[in-house]
Amino acid sequence: MTVQPLLSVIDLGISTIQDPRVLVNNVSFHINPGEAVGVVGESGSGKTLSALSILGLLPRGVGVVSGEILFNGKNLLTLKPEELRQIRGNEIAMIYQDPMTALNPVMKLGKQLLEVIASHDGIDSESDNRVRALLSEVGIPDVNRAMESYAHEFSGGMRQRIMIAMALLLSPKLLIADEPTTALDVTIQQQILALVSDARKKRDMSMLWITHDLGVVANLVNRLNVMYAGRIVESGTVEEIFRRPKHPYTAGLLSSLPTSTGTNRERLTSISGVPEKPWLVGNSCGFAARCSRVQSRCHNEIPLSVAKDDSTVACFFPIGSK
Amino acid sequence: MNFRRIMKYPGVSRTLSVLTTLFGISVFVFLVLRVIPGDSITGAFGIETGALSPQQIAELRVYYGIDQSLFMQYISWMQSFLSGKFGFAYSTGVSVATLTKSSLPVTIELAIIGTVLGVILGIAIGMFSAKKPGSTRDFAGQLFGLLALAIPGFVLSTGIVTIMANKFHYFPNGYEYMTPWENPWMNFQQMMFPGLVLGIAVAAPVMRTTRSALLETVDKDFVRTAHGKGVPNNTVQLRHILRNSLIPIVTMTGIQFGYLLGGAVIVEKIFALPGMGRQILDAIMKREYATVQSSIMIFAIMFVLINVATDIIYRKIDPRIKK
Amino acid sequence: MRNKEEKAKGALHYYLQSTSGIVGAVLVLVMIIVAICSIFGITPYDPVEQHIENILQGPSAHFWFGTDEFGRDVFSRTLEGMRRSLTVSITAVTLAATLGVPFGILAGYIGKWFDQLVTRVSDVFFAFPAILLALAIVASLGNDWYDTALAIGVVYTPIFIRVARGPVLTVKEMDYIKISRVLGFSSFRILRKHVFPNVFAPIVVQIALSLSWAILTESGLSFLGLGTQPPTPSLGLMVSEAQPLAAFAWWTLVFPSLFITIVVVGLNLVGDGLRDALDPARRSS
Repeated sequence: MTVQPLLSVIDLGISTIQDPRVLVNNVSFHINPGEAVGVVGESGSGKTLSALSILGLLPRGVGVVSGEILFNGKNLLTLKPEELRQIRGNEIAMIYQDPMTALNPVMKLGKQLLEVIASHDGIDSESDNRVRALLSEVGIPDVNRAMESYAHEFSGGMRQRIMIAMALLLSPKLLIADEPTTALDVTIQQQILALVSDARKKRDMSMLWITHDLGVVANLVNRLNVMYAGRIVESGTVEEIFRRPKHPYTAGLLSSLPTSTGTNRERLTSISGVPEKPWLVGNSCGFAARCSRVQSRCHNEIPLSVAKDDSTVACFFPIGSK
Repeated sequence: MNFRRIMKYPGVSRTLSVLTTLFGISVFVFLVLRVIPGDSITGAFGIETGALSPQQIAELRVYYGIDQSLFMQYISWMQSFLSGKFGFAYSTGVSVATLTKSSLPVTIELAIIGTVLGVILGIAIGMFSAKKPGSTRDFAGQLFGLLALAIPGFVLSTGIVTIMANKFHYFPNGYEYMTPWENPWMNFQQMMFPGLVLGIAVAAPVMRTTRSALLETVDKDFVRTAHGKGVPNNTVQLRHILRNSLIPIVTMTGIQFGYLLGGAVIVEKIFALPGMGRQILDAIMKREYATVQSSIMIFAIMFVLINVATDIIYRKIDPRIKK
Repeated sequence: MRNKEEKAKGALHYYLQSTSGIVGAVLVLVMIIVAICSIFGITPYDPVEQHIENILQGPSAHFWFGTDEFGRDVFSRTLEGMRRSLTVSITAVTLAATLGVPFGILAGYIGKWFDQLVTRVSDVFFAFPAILLALAIVASLGNDWYDTALAIGVVYTPIFIRVARGPVLTVKEMDYIKISRVLGFSSFRILRKHVFPNVFAPIVVQIALSLSWAILTESGLSFLGLGTQPPTPSLGLMVSEAQPLAAFAWWTLVFPSLFITIVVVGLNLVGDGLRDALDPARRSS
């Protein structure tokens, strides 16, 4: 019996509306119930846009041009606005990268939190307690003060906790996290990661975690998708990807991670060149310019995802083959 | 007791600023009217003395600081002014204070009507425009803003007078002015046309401010968060977008209100409203220098106070500013 | 580091992409041509010449904009009036900018007490209804066009002080300025190379806007009878004289009003176009 995925992104295409430039190209991935899936890529790879498109939160001037996003069988892209609104914050919730700008600066935090409940279930006598309970759970020390405070009175880590509380209020089935720890100190990062992990387990919630940092994602998600220049280049379980990366880009990312082993004198390896812009990649592999395994075929054809061992790779000459 | 520490007390810096501004204006007004040769002031006494009592003349001499050095003249004036002696109108002997007591409320009422109308109109059109930037409706909104700005108030007023008075024979401003207490309905009718003209003039900058504030806010992250939470669109518009755009709008409103108090001179004249603007204008024409000087100072004080009030209001609105 | 020529060409290119900018420029140019015609006397009739037999006639082939109550050609008078408005405004704004910009730059650059002083003094005037102050000045000076220009110029100076001061403050804080000073570059050179280019754009935009306000103020003053005296025509005065006539002689009101509106609209559009063309962020309104 196969499990029906909670969320299926199928052949998603996103581009700018005015002078059309492709930003996300044929992206497909899925998330099963209770599963945590990561999307890793550099800035410009299209990972954030893919995530935003799920809840219809793309910025002005950018739109979905192809594909489907199925959530519990319904295509989110074709829902009526009111139907989509009911899902937002309720069945699918999202947290963002910069907690300072993501919170309304002139509205009390308590009110912003209650707003989530007000927009769906409606406020009742229990609402206040629910909010306070959640603030406690995410580790806000003085809940009473927090309810009456404004966003700028808190530190980055605290604000992120509040955002997480806001997202968890209605116990969504899916949490989308767009690089929520990127802007935070390393120590705070760890706290937030732990917090999210615990919350997830408690609620048996699925999660989509976007990041550029492979290190962050290792202990957090079950499966991983690697994006480059608007496409998914490799996809598989965390173990498989870390142990046997198949796409040269993935291998490059892994080897550039600083390790705690090895001598102090080794240079950090990096991938030469700069990330390719998705709309400039024509009929070729976007990574060809920087790939050490490149051959002539790579410049003339777009590699499609093929299954190999336990993952899928979009490469003509994946690592581990000739 | 060092200077820096005193400055840190709340209100000190602002009070100092207010006082400096008022001082500056008083010096300016003083100097400007001193360009007139002193004799013409005293000469005026000679000719029109009929209306002034000896005591009034004496007060005026002190007010002007006749026969004293420039510096002492200023001091003398300041002393007079600050003790409530605003001078007298030569031709009638009426004190400027009395004149002002009846003219100021008229101007204030007109300014309030104009500001309220203008703000409502301006915000409405600003919101209308900002909904679809670059569209036809946006173009229409901006065109309105441009025309409202470019068509002079006196042109609009003359147009209204021509059409209403001459074509439709409906001109409430042709009758004697009524205060709201005397005859509310007449007062309203007399205020509505000038209020409309001023309202249109105010709407232009308010619309522009609203539009740009809204456009800037709409792209902000917290708006996205609000949508992402499932907040209904109307609520997002009001509670998140508009609320955050308020600050520049409030500031602009304050500026416009202050401006209307003095800048409505022409409108007051055309619609025969006995306000401060007309008081100053008539005084200038009749060379009633005391009236001009005092009226402008009184106006300046009000203007500065309004700026302070606006300042206080937007500190209340924006919790980010430390009190 | 693009040189000045490239930058100017680039700015021009951007300016030309804005329709409103072009429309504005065209309108303003038309009005300038109008004014020049008047200067050289290229008007159909003498603006003050009365044609008694043609009193209050509507627009016709002879009198394009009709005649007023003295039989004077409204068209010629409008041209002359526009010339006057432009003369006063350009003089006033030139005065204001010439006084205001150096003070503003100095205030921003020197800072400290000088800056405080200049700011306080200019704050006194800023947003104070220009018309009131201009009224006071004109009342004491006189009715000639240069009195009006002086009055308006003095009143607008603080705006230029503020506009010039802003960019100076921003640039002053930048690291490369501090480094330049440490390296011993003369203040003048720093001003010239780094400060001026940044100040140039806002000032040019402000000039266009101030010109439009100046025209409104000048016509307002002459409407009140405080500027040009009859029979010399001025747009504001013409509107004032049209008050009793407009009901049956609409042309006496409409044409001068139209010209004022057109030139003000044109200047505003030019200002907006300039702002878009010169602002590195290219934020279109």
